[in-house]
Amino acid sequence: MTDSRPVLTMTGISKSFPGVRALHNVDFRLLPGEVHALMGENGAGKSTLIKVLTGVYGIDEGNVTLDGEQVAFNGPMQAAAAGVSTVYQEVNLCPNLSVAENIFIGREPRRFGAVRWGEVRRRARQLLARLDLDIDVTAPVASYSLAVQQMVAIARAIDVQARVLILDEPTSSLDAGEVAQLFRIMRQLRDEGIAILFVTHFLDQVYGIADRITVLRNGTLVGEYPIAELPQLALVEKMIGKELDVLDRIDEQPRPTTAAIESGAPFVQVSQLGRRGAVAPFSLTIHAGEVVGLAGLLGSGRTEVARLLFGADRADRGEVQVDGARTGLRNPVQAIERGIGFCSENRRAEGIIGDLSVRENMILAMQAARGWLRPIPRRRQDELVDRYIKALSIRPANPDMPVRNLSGGNQQKVLLARWLITEPRLLILDEPTRGIDIGAKAEIQRLVVELSDGGMAVLFISAELEEVLRLSHKIAVMRDRELVAQLDNDDTVDADRVMQTIASGTEREEASR
Amino acid sequence: MSTFPISAPSWAKLPRRHMPVLATLALLLVMYGIGVSQYRAFSNVQVVFNVFIDNGFLLVIAVGMTFVILTGGIDLSVGSVAAMTAMVSAWLLQSGLPALLVLVIALLIGPTLGFLMGCAIHFFDIQPFIVTLAGMFFARGMCTFISDASIPITDGFWTTMSQYRIGDPRGNFVSISVLVAFAVVLIAAYVLAYTRLGRNVYAIGGNPQSALLMGLPVGRTRIAVYTISGLCAAIGGILLSFYTLSGAPLIAIGMELDVIAAVVIGGTVLTGGSGYIFGTVLGVLVLGVIQTLITFDGSLNSWWTKIVIGGLLFAFILLQRLIGIRYK
Repeated sequence: MTDSRPVLTMTGISKSFPGVRALHNVDFRLLPGEVHALMGENGAGKSTLIKVLTGVYGIDEGNVTLDGEQVAFNGPMQAAAAGVSTVYQEVNLCPNLSVAENIFIGREPRRFGAVRWGEVRRRARQLLARLDLDIDVTAPVASYSLAVQQMVAIARAIDVQARVLILDEPTSSLDAGEVAQLFRIMRQLRDEGIAILFVTHFLDQVYGIADRITVLRNGTLVGEYPIAELPQLALVEKMIGKELDVLDRIDEQPRPTTAAIESGAPFVQVSQLGRRGAVAPFSLTIHAGEVVGLAGLLGSGRTEVARLLFGADRADRGEVQVDGARTGLRNPVQAIERGIGFCSENRRAEGIIGDLSVRENMILAMQAARGWLRPIPRRRQDELVDRYIKALSIRPANPDMPVRNLSGGNQQKVLLARWLITEPRLLILDEPTRGIDIGAKAEIQRLVVELSDGGMAVLFISAELEEVLRLSHKIAVMRDRELVAQLDNDDTVDADRVMQTIASGTEREEASR
Repeated sequence: MSTFPISAPSWAKLPRRHMPVLATLALLLVMYGIGVSQYRAFSNVQVVFNVFIDNGFLLVIAVGMTFVILTGGIDLSVGSVAAMTAMVSAWLLQSGLPALLVLVIALLIGPTLGFLMGCAIHFFDIQPFIVTLAGMFFARGMCTFISDASIPITDGFWTTMSQYRIGDPRGNFVSISVLVAFAVVLIAAYVLAYTRLGRNVYAIGGNPQSALLMGLPVGRTRIAVYTISGLCAAIGGILLSFYTLSGAPLIAIGMELDVIAAVVIGGTVLTGGSGYIFGTVLGVLVLGVIQTLITFDGSLNSWWTKIVIGGLLFAFILLQRLIGIRYK
C-alpha cells in the first residue's frame, strides 16, 4: 500500500480568514485503498482543510493534485464530479424526499428532460445492495434512523465513481452497532480501492479502522504516521501538544466511596416513574454528592429519563420525592425551583443562544429562576460571569463575545456555567462531552468530579462508557427504553461488564434493589 | 453478511404522505354531496363547470403559489400583480395597441417582477414575506397610478375570449379560461414531478442547507419559483380581465390570502417540501364549492364563505400537525 502513488496530494496549503490563520503550510496526501484519519482538536484546521480541498473555500497558497494533475475545485459539486465526494457530520439529505431521490437528485437519469423514476429506483437499489443495505428506496429518508441516513449519504457520495471519499465526523450520532456497520462498509470501499479521509473525535474508532493518521494542531501539520507507530497516548499528546495527565489525575484522586455517599439522605428518590412510549417505569435514588452514570445505546431512553426528571416531559405514572417530600415535576420551572438543572444533549438547538453574549447566556437560567421582573444587578452579573469564565477556563475569556463564535467545547462550558450559577443540587448532564475535543473533555470531566466532591449530585449521561466508568459512583444501564440494571461502580465493574449488561439486559435482579 | 433489521415504520409509507390530499378530496366530496342532497339544481353538471369558470384565475395563481410554498417561501404579491396585469391590459387596449402585443407585454410584467423579488430574496437574503409585501404594495400602487377608475375592455379578441363557450350538445359549457387553467395545471404537475427544476423545488423545501451541500442550484431554483409565481399571477390577471372585461384598480384585493388558503387546504405544507398540484386543484375547488353552496342557499351573507374558509384552514393546519408531516 505504501508504495502506491498518492491519489491526492496537498502541498504547502495556507488559508487565512480575517484575523485568523486557519492553515499554515500544510501538506497532506492520500493513497488509494487506505483509510486515513485526520486528527486534531477543535480549531486545529481539519474542517478548513476539507473545505479548501472541496472548493468551499479558495486557497491562499499551495497546490492540490488529483492523480498527478493540478486541480482547483470551485465547489463540492465540481469536486464530486472529479471523484472527490464528501459526507458531512450532520447528515445532509432532504428528509422529505425518498431514499432513491436523495441518492440521485441533481444527476437523475433523464430522457428528454424527464426524470426516469424507474431507472432512479433500480439504480438506487443496486447501489444500496453494494452497501449491503436492503431498504425500501421509495420511503422518505426521514423515516429511517440516522445510521441508515448516513449510509444513504455515503451511497450518494460513491455513486459518482468516487476515488476519494471524505467522511467528516460520520459517527458522532451513531451508536456502537451502527458504527460497526459503517466501518464494515468503509473497509469494503477501501478494498475496492477508494481512498477514505476520515475525521472523528473518537480515538478508539481511529484505531479500529484507520491505516494512517495525519495530525494537525493550530493550523499546522504535526506529522503523518502509520497507525502502528503511533500509540493512542502519543497521538493525544501530538494533538494537544502537551502531556495529558488531567485524566490520570482524576483516576488517582481519592473519591468518597459509594457507601459513604449512600449513608446520607437521598436527594431525589424516584419510584416507578414512567411515560408511555418514552420510558418504562423506573426507580432511581440519587444522593447528594453522588455521580450517577446513565449508560446505554443511542435511543435506549437515556435522554427520556433526563427529561422526565427535569419535568420537560410529564410522567404519566410513578412519583418523585425531592428531599423526602413528594413532588410533581410537571414543568422545568418547578424542577429548577427544587434545585435541578439540565444541560441538554442538543446544545445548539436547545441550549445555547448563539447571538447572545457569553454573559447573557450564562445568566439566563438564574434570571429565569428569579423571574424577569427582578433583573440581576450588573455588578453581580460581572462577578458571577468572571468567576465561571475563570473556573471553567472558557476561551476566549470575553464575556461580551457572541457565543456562536466560540468553539463547541467552550459553548458547552458556557452552558454548564449557566446551570452552575443557579447552584443546583442535582445537575443533569446529557452528553456533555459529545463533539468536543479531548482537552475540553478532560476539563469537563474534572469539573464533574469537583462538583460532586462539593456535594452536588450529578446525573451523567454519555455514550462513552469509559467516561461513565471513570466518573460515576453508580451506573444505571438503559436498554430498549427500560432501566435494566444499576451497578455500583466498584472494582468488579468494567466496560465489558457494562457492555454485556447493555447487550443482554441481564443483572435484572440488581434493578429491583 | 447480515444486513441491519431496517424497515421504515409503516406509518411513514405512502398513505400518510397523501393523507392531507385525501382528506381534502373527502371534504370536497362531502360538500358536493351536501349540495346535491339539499338543492335539486346542484347536481347539474354546469354547477361544477361554473366552479371552474368562476375560479380559473384563482387556480392558475394557486399553481404558482404552490411552487413558492413548496420551497418554504411565500408570495404575497400575486393578487396585486394579477390586478396590475389586468389594469395594464385594459389601459394598453384603450390606447389602441393590438391585442396580441398587449397580451405579450402584460404577460411579461408579472414574471419580471417575480424575478426581481426572487433576486432580492436570494442575493440579499431577505425574508420572502417582506419582499413580496413590498411587491404587493408596488403593484397595487401601479394600478392606481394607471387609473383610479375602472377601465372597460371593448377589444374584439378580449370579448371573444371572454364569451366563447366550449360546450356539449346539452348546453353545458366551459370558458377558454378553464382550458388555460387546465393547461397550466398539467404543465406544472409535470414540471414538479418529472423535471430537475421541480425536484429541486421539493429538495429546497425539505432542507435548503442540505440542498446546497448536495450541489443543487438553490439560488437559481429560488429565483425561478418567484418568477413562475409571477408568470402564473400574470396569466391569472389576463384570465381575470377576460372574466370581468375590465381593469379595475381595486380588484383582487386580498386574493393572495385566498390563494394561500387554497394551497394549504390542498395539503401543501407551509414550511415547504410536501404537497402536490393535484391538492391545490382540490383546494381551489373546495373554496369554489363553498361559495356555490352559499350562493345556492341564498339567505346567507357571502361573508359566511370567509368564516367557513377560516375554520377549514385551521382544521387543515391542525391535521398536518397531527399526522406529523413536518420534517424540520
